[in-house]
Amino acid sequence: MNDVAIIGVGLHPFGRFDKTAMQMGSEAIQTALGDAGIEWKDVQFGVGGSYEVCNPDAVTRLVGLTGIPFIDVFNACATAATAIQVCADTIRMGKYDIGIAIGMDKHPRGAFTDDPAKLALPQWYAENGQFVTTKFFGMKANHYIHKHGISQETLAKVAAKNFRNGELNPNAFRRKPMSEDAILSSPVLNYPLTQYMFCAPDEGAAAVIMCRADIAERYTSKPVYVKATEIRTRRYGAYEVHATSAPLDDDVSPTVYASKAAFEAAGVAPEDVDVIQLQDTDAGAEVIHMAEAGFCADGDQEKLLADGATEIGGSLPINTSGGQLSGGRLHGMGFLHEACVQLWGEGGDRQAPHTPEVVAVGVGGGPVAGSMLLSSR
Amino acid sequence: MQKALAPEISTWPEENPQLIGSKCGACGATAFPQQDHCPRCSAGEMAALLLPRRGTLVTWTTQGFPPGAPYAGPTGKDFVPFGVGLVQLDDVIRVEGRLTENDPAKLQFGMDVELTMVPFTTDDEGNDVVTFAFRPL
Repeated sequence: MNDVAIIGVGLHPFGRFDKTAMQMGSEAIQTALGDAGIEWKDVQFGVGGSYEVCNPDAVTRLVGLTGIPFIDVFNACATAATAIQVCADTIRMGKYDIGIAIGMDKHPRGAFTDDPAKLALPQWYAENGQFVTTKFFGMKANHYIHKHGISQETLAKVAAKNFRNGELNPNAFRRKPMSEDAILSSPVLNYPLTQYMFCAPDEGAAAVIMCRADIAERYTSKPVYVKATEIRTRRYGAYEVHATSAPLDDDVSPTVYASKAAFEAAGVAPEDVDVIQLQDTDAGAEVIHMAEAGFCADGDQEKLLADGATEIGGSLPINTSGGQLSGGRLHGMGFLHEACVQLWGEGGDRQAPHTPEVVAVGVGGGPVAGSMLLSSR
Repeated sequence: MQKALAPEISTWPEENPQLIGSKCGACGATAFPQQDHCPRCSAGEMAALLLPRRGTLVTWTTQGFPPGAPYAGPTGKDFVPFGVGLVQLDDVIRVEGRLTENDPAKLQFGMDVELTMVPFTTDDEGNDVVTFAFRPL
């Protein structure tokens, strides 16, 4: 089995733009190619993830019809983890030496909505007003903060922190800092979550180029090693998004299983991680994922946030780019991009101190979760 | 006339209506609404089960904005925020449903609730549509 290294990344900024998702994907690819110092014809295969684009492979029309195998993936909130895993494992197993994983999306405004039948749910669930993702996030956050003694103010601290980080990130969508009071007093969308405790759907693209680790130094002096990628779905007993009913016997979220498996596969422990990128669809999700992914005990978040531990300069920097709260709701590839930027020490104003050596990325949660560990050594 | 949003999931219009779930003949797991195969052991031995009418509130939130299509309730200026809860019905199952209360100050974890049918909307043919909800006791 080969080790796998990331040798180049590219990002199309997050926001609202007068161009197609494909165009943004094409631009992210060109940036990544430049970063890796290779040409499109050097790329032997691709994996593309998207929610809004049904055929990400069609981006080849814009960058070159070289005939390469290209796999389109969609795996809900774990789409980025899936694209990264398929790309990395294909190289790991020795089928190809150089591949690219791409994410591109152009989300409509407002909360996600769809035909419930596509998610194995009855029609009445949606007609009755229950088929709302943000509603579930409210249910889970409310339960968690009640059970573990976390205040609504701490949720506001998470959002304020991510908006502050986003201000330092030229590629972020929402770059205006907000006070905790303003976040708390914005309209309550799903108690205890207010409007600015939620990310906003937006547009953007990201691309990551990987190769066999033993040839990485041909392309870069600073390869980032993909130590582990693990994906898990919910088990019976996990009450997660879109459920008409749940059993009495609880089980933990798929994030717990994915993260544990990733640490085991990489041979590292949570305390070895220098910077963390965690899915923050809402402020509650970041708080909950901190514990589910193994970085603190349930309830410790109240003190950690009060002490500023999750700030860029803190002991446990989380979502240095501003996360989804400031970066916007996309396919999740932005977390991967930021992990590489931090490992390369190229974060500029948002760079975590003492150049990090291990970065953990947790995407998804709810029905499907992906956990990745990247390292510069 | 009155009709239920989803007639197949409850015994309404019987008096003291109950939700209709299903129970696995092989492992005893329960699910709501009815489904053919067990979500725990995968066996195809699910039989209908009338669910208890009373329970306790496991968790809850509020829906502060009108959901998108195919939401069938009132929208725009007619929209009224509503509560949503996960309710543990005795020791049988937890069911997610609307709450008749939408004020966070009046909702408590663990509070007792009971199934009720509430006015929901009026359909294209002028029928009064009712739906299930849980009412704090």
